[in-house]
Amino acid sequence: MTGPQSQISAGGGSDNSGDDAFEAGQAQLNTTGTDDLLDEIDGLLETNAAEFVRSYVQKGGQ
Amino acid sequence: MTSPVFARRIVGVETEYGITAVAGEGGSSLTPDEIARYLFRPIVDRYASSNIFTRNGSRLYLDVGSHPEIATAECDSLTQLLNHEQAGDVVVDELARRAEEALAADRIDGRVYLFKNNVDSVGNSYGCHENYLVSRHLPLRNLGKQLLPFMITRQLICGAGMVGRATGGYQPGFVISQRADQVWEGISSATTRARPIINTRDEPHGDSQRFRRMHVIVGDSNMSETTFALKVGATLLVLEMVEAGVALPDFEMHNPIGHIRDIARDMTGGTLLDLKAGGTVTALEVQEATLAAATQWLEERPDEGTPTAELRRVVDLWTRQLEAIRTQDFSRVDREIDWVIKLNLLNRYRERLGEDWGHPKLAQIDLTYHDIRPGRGLFPLLESKGLVDRWTTDEAIHAARDTAPETTRARLRGQFIARAEELGVPVTTDWVNLKVNEPEPRVVELLDPFVPVDARVDELLAYLEESAAARG
Repeated sequence: MTGPQSQISAGGGSDNSGDDAFEAGQAQLNTTGTDDLLDEIDGLLETNAAEFVRSYVQKGGQ
Repeated sequence: MTSPVFARRIVGVETEYGITAVAGEGGSSLTPDEIARYLFRPIVDRYASSNIFTRNGSRLYLDVGSHPEIATAECDSLTQLLNHEQAGDVVVDELARRAEEALAADRIDGRVYLFKNNVDSVGNSYGCHENYLVSRHLPLRNLGKQLLPFMITRQLICGAGMVGRATGGYQPGFVISQRADQVWEGISSATTRARPIINTRDEPHGDSQRFRRMHVIVGDSNMSETTFALKVGATLLVLEMVEAGVALPDFEMHNPIGHIRDIARDMTGGTLLDLKAGGTVTALEVQEATLAAATQWLEERPDEGTPTAELRRVVDLWTRQLEAIRTQDFSRVDREIDWVIKLNLLNRYRERLGEDWGHPKLAQIDLTYHDIRPGRGLFPLLESKGLVDRWTTDEAIHAARDTAPETTRARLRGQFIARAEELGVPVTTDWVNLKVNEPEPRVVELLDPFVPVDARVDELLAYLEESAAARG
């Protein structure tokens, strides 16, 4: 939990004063940089979403 | 006799994985049965069984419905359990990679996916079960009465989140928990059909005079290490308080299970719950009152089993998550709580797509969040990019892959299996028994899961050497 935090969001590491800098230094899923993330995710996903989802059927467990 | 408080408690987690093989543009190329057979082929080739115990003390098997399943070894502290649960992902992912090679050798197009989630695309469910050893002296009724209000609201702090389909009068949309729609009873001894929140089937895997194994069925599989720690850590604290007789508020309900699906659909925690004593309380208030008691209990609990310092981390996250729900500002937990992480991701996609919750891309994101494959699964991607927090380390997880917990009975099982494999001697093991099959069968029964050393096992290990020598 104390491992290095990614610094990809805008403004990260620009100064070191107080909590704001800490917050800004944290990569945020819901802010800047997310479009790049979504593009990267699109590259990982099977191309036919509807078919991928439709065909995922299990038999059920406990 | 009063019930002892198990600050040091035996816990374990069973994870059923969803499985599919995808070909070409994205359809499945094999049935779950077929791909599961490929997955377990190396195990069956080596052990003539699809149900084995491994050298880290856990059980690996093919469960009902063709689900690969890992049941962790007996653990007696939280991070240790997390390491072993995560090691299970590593083990089944290795099998999936080998299955892909075998498929390729057979000229079958198939990318193997293992999903650590709880529901498929048509609503079939498979579980993530937690086992907590409790004292036989604790009356089940008291346990259930005090535990059920916590259990039906626990999804607020540790749900995995899901894109819910239209069902039972509910609109499609985001739900906090995957399992909330899948459980139908409070406490019972049935599992597959009725799916109770807490199952009491009496297989203590130990001395039944002393122990009962409480089997919790209502939980979601967690991808986030921190959410897993909160799920199990908070439950450990509540069980300790029940055993210690701490006066928890009386939230007994007429029909706790009747509220669970509504709670899953209200991320403000505002679902009103009808109390048996009259009046109502909100789901969030149940959690807040339980947290307040747990915060107090931290100052009193014996510092054994899971270290109190570790449980302070649990309580810190628990506090921040309930504050986030209270204020609806989730920015302080959006790297730590599965359902919040997933909801953020889904909301970004909804914005980009300009579509509603029924769009298949959202269902695909939901599913692939739980794909355990590094470099392909979405949660593993977020983790590798430092977009989510961790609780443990890769080093600790890899150590747990090959080494049993050192502090419980699992240590003995692990030693036994590791040596038998080195020597190539046929043995049979289960949770309680270690058996050398030949020349004469010899068995040691281990009824106390808390005990990591046993002179009888030392003798059995010596007999293993004899057995190996006799085989030449």
